[in-house]
Amino acid sequence: MMRLRIYYPVLAAAFLIVALHLGLAATGKTYYMTQITMSAYYALVVIGLCLLMGYAGQISLGHAGFFAIGGYTIAVLTTHNLSSHHGNPTIAWLRSVGLIVQWQDLYGREILSFSPWLAFMAALLLTALIALVIGLPVIRLKGHYLAMATLGFGLIIYRIILGAKTFGQADGISNVPAFPLVDGLQVNGRVAFRVQNYYIAWAVVLAAMILALNLIHSRVGRALRSIHQSEEAAHSLGINTYRYKLATFILSALFAAIGGALLTHYNGSIGPSEATVMKSVRYVAIVAVGGMANLWGVMVMGILLNFLSLRGVFGTFDDTVFGAILIAVMLFAPQGLLRVPQLRALTSRLSGRSHE
Amino acid sequence: MNSILLETKNLHRSFGGVHAVKDVSFHVRQGQIKAVIGPNGAGKTTLFNLIAGTLAPNRGEVIFRGKPITGRKPHAVAALGIARTFQTTKLFPHMTVHENVMVGRHTRTRSGFVAGMLNLPWTWRELRQTETKAHEILENLGLATYAGETASNLPFGRQRLVEFARALATEPTILLLDEPAAGLNIYETKELSQLILKIRDTGVTCLVVEHDMSLVMEISDEVVVLDQGQKIAEGPPSAIQRNPEVIRVYLGDDHA
Repeated sequence: MMRLRIYYPVLAAAFLIVALHLGLAATGKTYYMTQITMSAYYALVVIGLCLLMGYAGQISLGHAGFFAIGGYTIAVLTTHNLSSHHGNPTIAWLRSVGLIVQWQDLYGREILSFSPWLAFMAALLLTALIALVIGLPVIRLKGHYLAMATLGFGLIIYRIILGAKTFGQADGISNVPAFPLVDGLQVNGRVAFRVQNYYIAWAVVLAAMILALNLIHSRVGRALRSIHQSEEAAHSLGINTYRYKLATFILSALFAAIGGALLTHYNGSIGPSEATVMKSVRYVAIVAVGGMANLWGVMVMGILLNFLSLRGVFGTFDDTVFGAILIAVMLFAPQGLLRVPQLRALTSRLSGRSHE
Repeated sequence: MNSILLETKNLHRSFGGVHAVKDVSFHVRQGQIKAVIGPNGAGKTTLFNLIAGTLAPNRGEVIFRGKPITGRKPHAVAALGIARTFQTTKLFPHMTVHENVMVGRHTRTRSGFVAGMLNLPWTWRELRQTETKAHEILENLGLATYAGETASNLPFGRQRLVEFARALATEPTILLLDEPAAGLNIYETKELSQLILKIRDTGVTCLVVEHDMSLVMEISDEVVVLDQGQKIAEGPPSAIQRNPEVIRVYLGDDHA
């Protein structure tokens, strides 16, 4: 029954999500749902990063890079107009099987581009590939060195995006079409789709949470925690620590890329600000303040802090706030808030168990 | 005589100009308790790390069940059935005792990332088996009462036993024990020697690096003596005790 117990909070969250919708509708504040939807996609990044940092114990200061790779890949593929190649038989064939679609942009122009599903799959594939190539050398590094290497990766991605015409340089890419998931459901930022997208985003987040919760309670989750707590002992017990760390790095990159891809469809655009180092720092700060090895804490913080940031509550101090959070956590609870005795007792009482 | 299980041939490792292990050759037979002794800095732990894969030798070979395993990584060595404990106990401090031992089942179970994330039904069965097996091992070592305790809360002597349990959970063919008596009092050491004998009797070959002579003399079938990285003697404990070279190394020239 242990196995079902981990899902109770998912049910509770589902109720709260509906209650929040009803509450917002009753108070006439449904426009908040737009920022909640966006925050949900950002939360995907920190859920993945929580697995990497909180459980496997490896830091990444480059996850905004993976978010951007996901977003920019779908932005390029779904906006690149293939109309001029109209007669090309390959294009015609791809069109007949639905991998290339025709649609109208905001100005009523006919655009022939790769389908969102194809672009989405390509984004995941590309992200996994880049995470693998980057991860193979850097995941051997530890502590500060790993932080610096991933920071370097993030900087490179930012510079590429800012410099390349394909990625729209400082303007980014706009005019990204909606993403029709199934009949009647699409990732679309227009007001008419607001409620639907609120639920789509939450469904994606809860699905990610279920996958992540399953993972941390599995043999792999135990192996990851053991690597975090004593890598040498884990290694001596037959755990291929390098492979597990690398796989978690790639997995967390994929979570970030899914967030980036879906948010880009939702916003209809993406810009280089998504790839800045401050974004990466922000994700790390959220994982830290959420309690490191605490998926629920990290997810809730991910939604809450991004929501406040998107609503402009922090004003011009936006980045400062996240920097300050990081400093405060490192000073007062470097092992994560969960390790602060009082909080720990509280959370274990609330959840009736601890997966420490 | 039983067959040779583990063998080192001219194993050599230096750090900078220091030759920590110099051309050491010896073997361990199936079902033996073999001890490696020597004064501080003799190269015992280095030798151990060379066998367990934590360090790679500069030259020489490690042979397990007739096959060379030289330079394999620790996880690959563990998967072959070579388990180890550490001189300074390395438990997973924030896990319970039970979970620590469950991690020891890693090589005997197989659910990976995909099966784990999808929570496939067969992984539940595997988890139940892992839990049961870990419990059995704790019971055998008299640690069942500590199962739910966070590992770092245990007294030092118990932590060492949990590390034993965790290593045994891999169902090893050979167990490498790195100074198991270090930091234990005489009663705990006595208990420990009984435990090692018991482990051997279940069919697990033991290679013990040890400082504590009384323990070594009591339990081992054969002893290898290292001094300054070199093997200076090998034989049954009674012969080692009379060996003038060994006495010289341990007690100084006057006694030889």
